[in-house]
Amino acid sequence: MKNALVTNSVSKNFGDFKALNNVSITVPKGSIFGLLGPNGAGKTTLIRIINQIILPDSGSVLLDDEPLQAHHIKDIGYLPEERGLYKTMKVGEQVLYLAQLKGLSKAEAKKRLNYWFEKFEIEDWWNKKIQELSKGMAQKIQFIVTVLHQPKLLIFDEPFSGFDPINANLIKDEILLLREEGATVIFATHRMESVEELCDDIVLIHESNKILEGKLLDIKRQYKTNTFEVGLVTDNEEQLTQIIKDKFDVSPAIYKSLNNDLKLNIKLKDNESSNELLTFLTSNAQVNHFNELVPTVNDIFIQTVKNN
Amino acid sequence: MNHLPLIIKREYLTKVKNKSFIIMTFLSPIIMIALFALVAYLSQLNNNKERTISILDESGLVNEIFENTEYTKYNILSNISLKDAKALVEEKGEYGLLHIENKNDIIEISKTIKFYSEDTPSLTLISNLEGKLEKKLTNLKLQQEGVDVEKINTSKTNIDIAQESFQGEKSSKIDNIVKLAFGGFAGYLLFMFIIIYGNMIMRSVIEEKTSRIIEIIISSVKPIQLMMGKIIGTSLAGVTQFVIWVLLGTILIVVVSAIFGINMAETQTQQQDMVQQAMEFPEAQMQMQNAISAIYNLPLINLTIAFALFFIGGYLLYSSLYAAVGAAVDNETDTQQFMLPILMPLILAVYVGIFTVIEDPHGTVSTVFSFIPFTSPVVMLMRIPFGVPIWQQLISLGLLIGTFMFTVWFAAKIYRVGILMYGKKPSYKDIYKWLKY
Repeated sequence: MKNALVTNSVSKNFGDFKALNNVSITVPKGSIFGLLGPNGAGKTTLIRIINQIILPDSGSVLLDDEPLQAHHIKDIGYLPEERGLYKTMKVGEQVLYLAQLKGLSKAEAKKRLNYWFEKFEIEDWWNKKIQELSKGMAQKIQFIVTVLHQPKLLIFDEPFSGFDPINANLIKDEILLLREEGATVIFATHRMESVEELCDDIVLIHESNKILEGKLLDIKRQYKTNTFEVGLVTDNEEQLTQIIKDKFDVSPAIYKSLNNDLKLNIKLKDNESSNELLTFLTSNAQVNHFNELVPTVNDIFIQTVKNN
Repeated sequence: MNHLPLIIKREYLTKVKNKSFIIMTFLSPIIMIALFALVAYLSQLNNNKERTISILDESGLVNEIFENTEYTKYNILSNISLKDAKALVEEKGEYGLLHIENKNDIIEISKTIKFYSEDTPSLTLISNLEGKLEKKLTNLKLQQEGVDVEKINTSKTNIDIAQESFQGEKSSKIDNIVKLAFGGFAGYLLFMFIIIYGNMIMRSVIEEKTSRIIEIIISSVKPIQLMMGKIIGTSLAGVTQFVIWVLLGTILIVVVSAIFGINMAETQTQQQDMVQQAMEFPEAQMQMQNAISAIYNLPLINLTIAFALFFIGGYLLYSSLYAAVGAAVDNETDTQQFMLPILMPLILAVYVGIFTVIEDPHGTVSTVFSFIPFTSPVVMLMRIPFGVPIWQQLISLGLLIGTFMFTVWFAAKIYRVGILMYGKKPSYKDIYKWLKY
């Protein structure tokens, strides 16, 4: 399978400041790709390089296995973090103008725009000025602008910031739909909940360097600690704790529960299986809760950033 | 992909459809004409006031020179003391009292003349009286000294030095005035155009920054395309505005003079009289002809082509700098520190143009300044009516185009980086760093 986007050792300096240091990423076709990193890590710089807004000092970018060229602009849809529209321009005119800049003909742009306006049930906005719209309404327009020219690669920089939950959900569904239709999506964000939910692949950038890359599931596997969260019902908590402690590595657990259980985190060694643990527990107490602790992207993010 | 036409179209339409632009376009000529009409009306009102001036001429020498005119009446007093005369004039509410004492010598008399009035008298009135008295008393004195006044009048000669170049090209003072008027107008027009529409470009760049749309736009087009589109689109809007102003101004002047035609005719009678009088003298007629032929004598083709080229070159040079300033800052109040270095050469050009070109259009100062690219458009436009060798014009234009390309490159660099910079107000040092990004 071809890759939608590849960057090879991309570096960029702004004066003395190193914004990107030999960053190589591979975005598989049809994936939703999370570009993660704390504020100021270099995400936006990388995105601007992909969009040909700025040129890298060294390294190359391949889109569909071709070196990036001017005509690739029409293949990319970009929703920047700093977003806005011409305030005094009418909605319809504005979207048509921006679509034409992406290489669509006026007639084609009009047709597609009608489709989106019907879909979002906003046909009567055509002649409104952006300044008459609410923030959420303007963001819908912004989303339409990003996808109207049916790009192969969609780049969203902090797409959900500023969206209310209803609009955020609407946009999320649309993004999933676009992926199904064959588009590749890059998400740049430092908000991990959406990554957890949507992304297949992630790359983590920290202080201009790539520090983590791969399939989200693989990474999670890498970072899993073989720890299980258990809730046990017993008459004698102290005795039970002691029994378990003799055999396993135990620490107190915190989670919300309806019962007044004994809550423990139990870490298994590599040669121990979850079944062994479960058998052991059921023979000593009633098991109300048994859950493998899978590291969240948030945990991985914080842990990796700290380690670097 | 070349999006330049699309960008120009948008910039043009946005400017032209903007409400304040429309209001400015249609209202300013009306306001201007209305102001002129008001001023004309007010000054007429002032002149139309009838004034009575009493004359107490104790010498009896100058009584006869005061003839009543439409708005000024003279009241000759006699056999009355100065004190009584003053009281009388004040009582009657007349404009003032002119008092001439009786002395033996005309020179002595001339020193005693006084004007008494309630308020400070009008300057024109006083100089009018002074002129009358001077002429009469001089003539009297001359007669006293036994000089034939008639002879003096007839022996007055009028000198108008005819000018001719070694190549046989004739010219005159009027030629020079016409040339100056043409050059000055062209230079000043460019100056105004740069300031008005340069600012408009700057504001539109800032608007794109503050509305945060800039990143979306430049993910589709090259910053330099956007910048050039802005400059060209705004200039076209400017040209549109100028053309409308000229047309509307002409129409309004015709309409206003048709409505107030009678008034205009009245004020014009005096001037027409003067013209008619002048026509009776052959020299004056010559001068009129000279003025007309001076216009024909101008290097019109050269002037038109040079005007177009220097205008475009100079305008693009400065407007790209305006665009760069707009890109560097976040809001209009921050532009000031960058505006000064742009305005300085422009203002210098206008002053150099006005002061040195009049004195010596081909002198060192004006020649040098007509080569320096930042001042050349204005100064060269002012010099060209006086006849500038084509090779000089070409060198100047070449330098201008070279510099223009450099400033566009320079502005594009700042623009490219500046439009993505938010927050901090940049210093000159920051901008220098941007050039190397």
